[in-house]
Amino acid sequence: MQSDDVIWSVINTQFCSYKVKTATQNFCRNEYNVTGLCNRQSCPLANSRYATVREKEGVLYLYVKTIERAHSPAHMWEKIRLSNNYTMALEQIDKELIHWPNFMIHKCKQRVTKITQYLIKMRRLALRQQPKLIGVKKKLERREAVRERKALSAAKLERSIEAELIERLKSKAYGDMPLNVNEAVWQAVLDRERGVEKEGEDGKGKGRELDLVDDETDEDEELEEEEEGWGEREFVSDLSGEEDGLSDLEDTLSGEDDEDEESVGDEDEEGSEEEAASKKATLGKRKAPSKPQKPPRKGPEKKSRRRLRSSGV
Amino acid sequence: MPSSRFEPSSIKNKIKREEIARKQKKEKRQGKLQKRLAQAKAEADDPLIKKKRLAQNVPRTLDNTREYDPSTLTANPDTEAEAGPSTFPQDGDGDAASQPTVQPQDESAADIAADPFAEYFSGVLDPTIPPKVLITTSPKATRLTYDFCDELVGVFPGAEFIRRKKGKGFEMGRIAGWAANRGYSHLVVVNEDMKQPNALTVVHLPEGPTAYFKLTSIQLSQQISGHARATAHFPELVLNGFVTRLGHTVGRLFQTFFPPMPEFQGRQVVTLHNQRDFLFFRRHRYAFRSPEKVALQEIGPRFTLKLRSLKKGLPAVKILGAPSKPLQFEPGEDEDATPTDIPEGAMAVDEQSEHERKEIVPPTEDECIWVWKPELETTRRTFFL
Repeated sequence: MQSDDVIWSVINTQFCSYKVKTATQNFCRNEYNVTGLCNRQSCPLANSRYATVREKEGVLYLYVKTIERAHSPAHMWEKIRLSNNYTMALEQIDKELIHWPNFMIHKCKQRVTKITQYLIKMRRLALRQQPKLIGVKKKLERREAVRERKALSAAKLERSIEAELIERLKSKAYGDMPLNVNEAVWQAVLDRERGVEKEGEDGKGKGRELDLVDDETDEDEELEEEEEGWGEREFVSDLSGEEDGLSDLEDTLSGEDDEDEESVGDEDEEGSEEEAASKKATLGKRKAPSKPQKPPRKGPEKKSRRRLRSSGV
Repeated sequence: MPSSRFEPSSIKNKIKREEIARKQKKEKRQGKLQKRLAQAKAEADDPLIKKKRLAQNVPRTLDNTREYDPSTLTANPDTEAEAGPSTFPQDGDGDAASQPTVQPQDESAADIAADPFAEYFSGVLDPTIPPKVLITTSPKATRLTYDFCDELVGVFPGAEFIRRKKGKGFEMGRIAGWAANRGYSHLVVVNEDMKQPNALTVVHLPEGPTAYFKLTSIQLSQQISGHARATAHFPELVLNGFVTRLGHTVGRLFQTFFPPMPEFQGRQVVTLHNQRDFLFFRRHRYAFRSPEKVALQEIGPRFTLKLRSLKKGLPAVKILGAPSKPLQFEPGEDEDATPTDIPEGAMAVDEQSEHERKEIVPPTEDECIWVWKPELETTRRTFFL
């Protein structure tokens, strides 16, 4: 025996498992509810005359309750397939729910509208390639940040870059007349190379000097320059002893002067960028002869690659 | 000596115990100091001892205890032969082991010669024209990302920034295809997440590969104190520490960003230093002060990359709503039916396909060469680049 009022009084005043209470409004979770609200008109349990619209896999169905079959809930609802065409579906509802209360017809139509809209949106979104969302892994990030910091300190970036540039300079990867090197420095590089060759010819006559060349530190370089200076002085004194008869004092003085000049030159080299730029202008003269030769980029690159390989662990 | 007679821990009086413990500690310290001083003196007399000590006392680091990677490319095969058998599964006698160590060298050389960057290294291109690079962002980028892009434009000589268009149909793969058709050689997409640039996608055009890097520790030039100003000269390139096959691919990819012929008078050097799979990017101006000394002044920017994945072609564009292919008949059936018409039709088809081949179309599926996963890092000494 179906008694709507009794059912509603229970639902309203006592308990309904579909009821969701909020501060402002009560909602209904029953799938057959046509509005989603918990009230007398739209309760699918407390109405003997009830109709709703549901969507299953993109197809709309009109569900009409037949209260005569209330004793077998499995067959209580009559399911009518609605047309894919929106206007046709509305007409179909009008036809099926003829003589029904206006509220029911209106709500069913509203539901058809809503479902049609969301189906359209779903289809549109499915065609679009959406960005893939990936979770942020805090622990991984933290770990990698630490490793990066340690790798950075192990890399000794400036030192390795300097070493690479020096190697390129010495291996003449910049060509015979480099545009990026100070003339004095380039001369020193060439001198050193000649010196090494000479020593190679001499054999191990000057073992100490060889050691110094091998060490390749700033101090050693200075020492070597001094030594070259010593050699020159010897040569001059030989000449002067025969021809001019200049005193040793003068000799040493002149030597000191030379050194002073050298040191001044060094300071000039260590000047600011603008000075270097101005020197570049003077170097521009050398650009003309060096142009046809064109030190190829591949030189340094090859070098670097070779270096990469050899530095493999 | 009371300190040697009594263990300080066995003394019950706290004051005495602490005193003796302190004394013992001091003695130990002094002993160590004396030892060091004696060593220093001995080494000052004879530098050979120091050399020997330094040669023997090499601290173990993650870098020199790195796990052997069979794809490591070394200049001389001897070192590889030495390193090889230790980790290779032993397969038979010595001859069999020595043969494969020689072969991978040739193979990898041939492999490298045939990779997508070979055109750049063959010297076909004009060295005075910088490669065209298109730089863009992910959709809806913000200020920081645009600033970073501006820096990147300054780094690559042939770079151009174009804002990412909004809306559907501007997927990365499509943009790559258009760029390739317009003669660009690279596409760089800076990805932004939470208003911060966090990843870099580098695409070599027209045929890939596509590399995806994690991007961290960005410092723009402005943030580097005492930075130099960049000039328009083509910079030199220093690529340090790329040893494996994968590392070489990444190194060569970055090399192709720059014109093959640097302008040395600019004295600028761009560095990509690989240390433990982190790629540190730096840019400096240098000046040779003496044959042993270089002065460096940083130009900026700084940033760090970490390879996350390497894919073979352009980024894939999934065509989700594509209509199914129209029905096609085998040409064999046509031959039987109308043998005279075939040549014309075939020619037309050939022409059409050739025309299509010129237009570069992104693939619909990604083909990964390498993808980073946390599981790959079984030890901290495993590195891939």
